[in-house]
Amino acid sequence: MTAPNPVTIDPPVERSLGRRVASWLYSRPRTQLRLLLAWPLGWMTAAYFGSLLILLLGAFWTKDSLTGKVIPFSWSLDAFGNLFGAEVYRTVAFRTIGIAVLVTLTAALLAFPIAYYMARIASPRTRRLLVVAVVMPLWAAYLVKIFAWRTILQGNGVLEWVLSPFGFESSGLVELVNSWLVLTYLWLPYMILPVFAGLERIPNSLLEASADLGGRAGVTFRRVVLPLVFPALVAGSIFTFSLSLGDYIVPDLVSDTKFIGNIIYDNSTLGNVPLAAAYALLPIVVVIGYLLVARRLGAFESL
Amino acid sequence: MKTFRITALLAGIGLLAAACGTSVPSGALTELGDGEGELNLVIWVGYAERGEVDPGYDWVTPFEDETGCMVSTTNMNSSAEGVQLLRSGEYDGGSFSGNASVPLMLAGDVAPVNTDLLSNYANVFAGLKDKTHNSLDGVAYGVPHGRGPNVLMWNTEEVTPAPTSWDIIWEDAGDYAGKISIFGVSDFIADAALHLMVKNPDLGITNPYQLNQEQFDAAIALLEEQKSHGVIYWSDAFDQITTFASGDAVVGTSWQFQANTLAGGDPPEPIEATVPAEGSTGWSDTWMIAKNAAHPNCMYLWMNHMMSAEANGQATVWFGEAPTSQAACDYAEGLSPGHCEQTHATDEAYYDKIWYWATPRADCGDEDAATTCKDQDAWLAAWAALTGS
Repeated sequence: MTAPNPVTIDPPVERSLGRRVASWLYSRPRTQLRLLLAWPLGWMTAAYFGSLLILLLGAFWTKDSLTGKVIPFSWSLDAFGNLFGAEVYRTVAFRTIGIAVLVTLTAALLAFPIAYYMARIASPRTRRLLVVAVVMPLWAAYLVKIFAWRTILQGNGVLEWVLSPFGFESSGLVELVNSWLVLTYLWLPYMILPVFAGLERIPNSLLEASADLGGRAGVTFRRVVLPLVFPALVAGSIFTFSLSLGDYIVPDLVSDTKFIGNIIYDNSTLGNVPLAAAYALLPIVVVIGYLLVARRLGAFESL
Repeated sequence: MKTFRITALLAGIGLLAAACGTSVPSGALTELGDGEGELNLVIWVGYAERGEVDPGYDWVTPFEDETGCMVSTTNMNSSAEGVQLLRSGEYDGGSFSGNASVPLMLAGDVAPVNTDLLSNYANVFAGLKDKTHNSLDGVAYGVPHGRGPNVLMWNTEEVTPAPTSWDIIWEDAGDYAGKISIFGVSDFIADAALHLMVKNPDLGITNPYQLNQEQFDAAIALLEEQKSHGVIYWSDAFDQITTFASGDAVVGTSWQFQANTLAGGDPPEPIEATVPAEGSTGWSDTWMIAKNAAHPNCMYLWMNHMMSAEANGQATVWFGEAPTSQAACDYAEGLSPGHCEQTHATDEAYYDKIWYWATPRADCGDEDAATTCKDQDAWLAAWAALTGS
């Protein structure tokens, strides 16, 4: 409105560099934003994608058979040849993906009633207590929980003590079923929380409308609740599936079977880095595929 | 200025002497200085005790007090893992068996050792020096730590009569199905080959680490047969101790260390171990210094320390392996009477039956160009296929 009086211009003062940069930036909000984001994004790119890239490059390198030393930039497809040539890597891949799917389904089945009760039936006080109860296991260290399960499952353990009166004997820490059990336990909260949030968002009026139109409980569940909560289930399954797919400590500690992660770990500690890197591509591809499907199903809006 | 020139001259003469002297290999330390205050080691479990399990066994604290080199250690679960750990560049050295020491020497990851700087080296049994697993072209790349066999371990309450043969984990594996504990690394293929050497001489196995296709296939078939009886593979020594303590395993292949820990535990477990008549695989370990060790003086001090009567006596009794010198034997006598007789410290004939861990090589490790063998990669791949499926 009223421009400053041009007559009383201050004498030009020597401004510091910082001030000059600040005033230059002041009129350029987009540059400000870019500079602000450059640091975290640059760090993420260098530290995360950079290390991933080096890992993947390693898949195309060879190693000296006698000394076991990897020769950088010695391009070859040997690692992939070895990978496709051996039955075992397919077996392990199917086993891992199978268990990840199984864990996801089990977690969904277990999580749904709990989340439903928390979201729609429990009083606010009980709900708060239940949320704390669901989140509580996440406060304990992952390894501690696995070792707790070891004491349950191992010979002369809690499970055997409970079951022995009925004539059962513990199979010890060998069976694959142990991995399924422990992984389901570990990742259950990650399924409950999104489903709980998804159920909470369904307005009561929709359920009432369904009832008014003659929909019984089963129909309402199938045609109203499930479609509305499905994206939340998919969102939860991203966690349970990808966490199970990448786990290698649980199968090693409770079931003496190999998952994809164990093969990668074994080969990297034993020096066959090219094979480990080549095999690491598999879970990356699987998870990217899973995420693309999940996005189509609307899971990202429910996170 | 004049003093400087004289010093330079003396240093030059010193360098010349070092270069010409037959005893100092190139690349080795020529002069021992003060410790750098820190030492990072890759070790086999139980090779650096500081009295935390049993106050009577502590050879790290006296070393730290004397030299000021603070020791930190990382356990390896297998030789191949030890090689990778050393190559990470974060360690000054470690204790390596033959299947790690040879690849490390050949790849140049470890430096030659100037044994003149190690006052205790003279005491070491001559039979342990200048071997293929600790020297290259007559140049020492490390100092001996101890040697011993892989043992057959069993629970005396569950397994009767006491086994005297490896058959119990092979042909008779069905007797203790699901309760057999097996060393879970590819080196174990050699144990199968050793068994075939005795049971199936027609295969013509002369060295369990150098196997041609037919011999290798037979060994893998034997391992698959064994696996079908339900075996528990172990790679971490404490993991195996837990399995035996809980009763999940009652018989298996082990090291004397686990047997000692279980039998000497609280409460003591009914565990015994033996070397069956057929002989066994085993190890002869070497302390080696990394080529680019950050704390070379501390590493030399440690190597010398580990050849002293006190440290070597304690360490070898603790692990259950043979000491490397008469002085260590005499010291060990006070800790465990008869230790050197039991571990056959000087009995070379006994160790002829023990096949030290070695690296499988495509050229079979011999001069004969006509023979080809399965190399380390083939062993690792076969092992992954065996245990993964």
